[in-house]
Amino acid sequence: MDYSNFLGMRDELSLLVVIVLLFLYDTFGSAKSLKSFSATACILLLAHTIFTFIPRETVSLFGGMYQSGPATSVIKTILNIGTLLVLIQASSWIKNEDVVIRRGEYYVLTLITLLGMYLMTASGNFLMFFLGLETASLPITALIAMEKYKHDSHEAAAKYVFIAVFSSALMLLGISYLYGIGGTLYFDDLSYMLTVSPLLIVGLVFFISGLGFKLSLVPFHLWTADVYQGAPTSITAYLSVISKGAAAFTFMMILYKVFGPVEQIWQGILYALIILTITVGNLFAIRQQNLKRFLAFSSISQAGYIMLGVISNTPVGLASLSYYVLVYIFSNLAAFGVISVIENRTGKVNIDDYNGLYKTNPKLSIAMMLAMFSLAGIPPFAGFFSKFFIFYVAAEQGFYILVLIALINTVISLYYYLLVVKAMFIKQDECLIENFRSDNASRLSISLCVLGIVVIGLISGIYDQIFEYTYSHLIFNI
Amino acid sequence: MNFLSLFVLIPLLMMLGLALSKDMKQIRLVAVTGSTIQLLLAIGLVALYLFERSAGNTAEMLFIADTVWYAPLNIHYTVGVDGVSVAMILLSAIIVFAGVFASWKIEPLPKEFFLWLILLSIGVFGFFISINLFTMFMYYEIALIPMYLLIGVWGSGNKNYAAMKLTLMLMGGSALLLVGILGIYFHSSADGHLTMNILEIAKNNAIPMSAQYLFFPLTFVGFGVLGAMFPFHTWSPDGHASAPTAVSMLHAGVLMKLGGYGCFRVAMYLMPQATQELSWIFLILTGISVVYGAFSACVQKDLKYINAYSSVSHCGLVLFALLMWNTTAMTGAVLQMLSHGLMTALFFALIGMIYGRTHTRDIREMGGLMKIMPFLSVCYVIAGLASLGLPGLSGFVAEMTVFVGAFQWSDTFHRVFTIVACTSIVITAVYILRVVGKLLYGKVENEHHLSLTDATWFERLSAISLIVSVAALGIAPSWVSNMLSNSMEVISQRILQYI
Repeated sequence: MDYSNFLGMRDELSLLVVIVLLFLYDTFGSAKSLKSFSATACILLLAHTIFTFIPRETVSLFGGMYQSGPATSVIKTILNIGTLLVLIQASSWIKNEDVVIRRGEYYVLTLITLLGMYLMTASGNFLMFFLGLETASLPITALIAMEKYKHDSHEAAAKYVFIAVFSSALMLLGISYLYGIGGTLYFDDLSYMLTVSPLLIVGLVFFISGLGFKLSLVPFHLWTADVYQGAPTSITAYLSVISKGAAAFTFMMILYKVFGPVEQIWQGILYALIILTITVGNLFAIRQQNLKRFLAFSSISQAGYIMLGVISNTPVGLASLSYYVLVYIFSNLAAFGVISVIENRTGKVNIDDYNGLYKTNPKLSIAMMLAMFSLAGIPPFAGFFSKFFIFYVAAEQGFYILVLIALINTVISLYYYLLVVKAMFIKQDECLIENFRSDNASRLSISLCVLGIVVIGLISGIYDQIFEYTYSHLIFNI
Repeated sequence: MNFLSLFVLIPLLMMLGLALSKDMKQIRLVAVTGSTIQLLLAIGLVALYLFERSAGNTAEMLFIADTVWYAPLNIHYTVGVDGVSVAMILLSAIIVFAGVFASWKIEPLPKEFFLWLILLSIGVFGFFISINLFTMFMYYEIALIPMYLLIGVWGSGNKNYAAMKLTLMLMGGSALLLVGILGIYFHSSADGHLTMNILEIAKNNAIPMSAQYLFFPLTFVGFGVLGAMFPFHTWSPDGHASAPTAVSMLHAGVLMKLGGYGCFRVAMYLMPQATQELSWIFLILTGISVVYGAFSACVQKDLKYINAYSSVSHCGLVLFALLMWNTTAMTGAVLQMLSHGLMTALFFALIGMIYGRTHTRDIREMGGLMKIMPFLSVCYVIAGLASLGLPGLSGFVAEMTVFVGAFQWSDTFHRVFTIVACTSIVITAVYILRVVGKLLYGKVENEHHLSLTDATWFERLSAISLIVSVAALGIAPSWVSNMLSNSMEVISQRILQYI
């Protein structure tokens, strides 16, 4: 075996070094030196992010098992940035008494799931993809159960592990059908073998259902709200943006690369899934009182919007999808940052508890408002641009009715996002949350998110870069 | 850097200044300075525009600047103005100027109030200077969202309901609009050079008939929601009645004009064949708006509701005139936009001032105000007379032009609807005179009102600046209407060539 192949996996190796370093630090560090563990983890991840910041070369290793190029680098960079923000946010929560002993586990497990997502996005073979997917989802179970003395946390972890296993089994079944058709699991080879047949449709349906569970598309979404509510807020944030972003990107890559020739089949399936996902997610979000459940349903509908990029099945669609994920990371993490800060301080997570928040905590309220506006797609914030681009790519392929339905849904979503804004700014009750100064790490992470929300849309260079990298990658593969 | 972008840049600087200011004095200083500069700039723009035209520049749009924004998606930032946009910019600047003085003593949170108000004005100015579908849509949405907080926080009455209803209905309109815009864009060229620039789309003239049938109604209704077209007008009375004074002024005065402006600039100009074929549907709807709004105003008891329904009627007349698509009627439509913008802003400013004193807007509880606050009452009479179309004030000029244009159609359908719309003039007189008589004359209903004072200096400034504009438009309309009709001719010719 040619071990020099491993040198081509620069991103993965670098992340592995970070993981090992942190593991050693956690095992051998003295109790006193462990106080700066969080800071060290963030700095190491930052160094890793900078080290792997969008390299250009395209590599195909292990006989095509591992394929990495500019497009995967883009999504890896986006995931890095998101994970970094989550870790910064988590560093105040992880100091709590009942989780502080598991500090090392938290960071190491989170980064291992990130490694899994790397492998998943860079896979050139279904087995590799499956391996990455499992690496990315199983450690999350442990993370969800972090606060093991809370009943909710337990329950959420149990639900998650069952769903993860079930959906993996479904997907494996689908993959085995595909193997039966093509006799190979390599993406490049398989794409030539596919013709429209009942077997293919069955395999495709299983495959899409399996990933549908991971992406929490309706009707595979039933686990989402309970898990999001039960998990510690930092984990919920991670689950809702990073996992979802990686899965959506891989979903599109596989559909584009492998199933490109039979697009009319899966576009039909996806068409129905998108309408269901967006509508059901939005309608359920209206009724939620708990902000974490609220964001769970909001993230379901956001996944539906992301799928609009997938259904376009074009390179520019992939670029818009990546851009959407980037913007979504900043918007959603800003919201989760505020929720997490307030939950840590007061234990309150209901919308009603936020009544009159602007009076006591104006800065947090403004951050939350910008996050809501960005999620709803209000200009001049980044969410407007990402939504516009995702509608653009879908309309380009002639899906006008789908776009219209999605747009009408944005109006519904605006309603419930405005409910949060209304609670903070308009309702004048006695505010239950006192004025407080949040810790520096949370302030840093929320400010970074707000900066992202304001700036990303207005600076077109970011989208141009994403487009250039994703476009060149896909052209190469054709 | 084009000097048109200053209209967006100056409000941005104002917002920065507001964010930094510490007390009421500084806030007022920033707001007054900024809006004055903006007004002077708008007057300068009109002068410059007229100068260019008289120097023989016959280009359709002047001062065009084009910057590539998102190259992969072919999105540009393009600005340019013609006679209509110049006039609308001047109107907006006047109303923002008057609005700042009308909210001189706004409470609570004055800083936030002005920040949102200025953000709203960015959307308005940006919309009128852009000639690119993307930037137009973006500014349109920027103008919508501040309304929610402005009404929700500073409004009165059933404000939560009104704010949510207004925001959601307008956003629903913009959802239709976005599909329309994307549809126009993807059909904008026959040879693959797609563009979002309105001038180029019109020049390419490539949108196939089937696409026009689909996207014309979407675009027209999308803008029509903001233009208070029946049956999508229901946000307007609730919204205007609950909004604080300056917001009602800006919203009824300028924001509703975005709807009318968009209707002819995007929907009608870019899809002339569909305009021909489908305009009868919308003509019926707008005809209903005109009469229905006027009748509704007759039975209202709340001053703001009366004015809000009167706005539905007047804005309906704008769309009605546009759909007649001859140059005279379309020029009349824009004159009506200007006239309605100014006088309705004056109305809302005065109602705000009266409400601030009497703490009621119910006309049954007031009377004889002429003796108590003569200045405000005289202003109210002037606004009323402008609204019912007294010669010498702006309303007469506008309605005259509209109906002269509308009567140029000789077929039965148009005749009938023109006559129906004409009746609104009489109904307008009914509700205006009813309010004026009840509110200003007669005996004083409430003893406490006797101790009230007349307008303060900033209120006078706000009202006078609007009255001067209303009178100027009424006495010397020709320079405006020439400017408008030159620009409107391009659009009406484009539609008429397909007959």
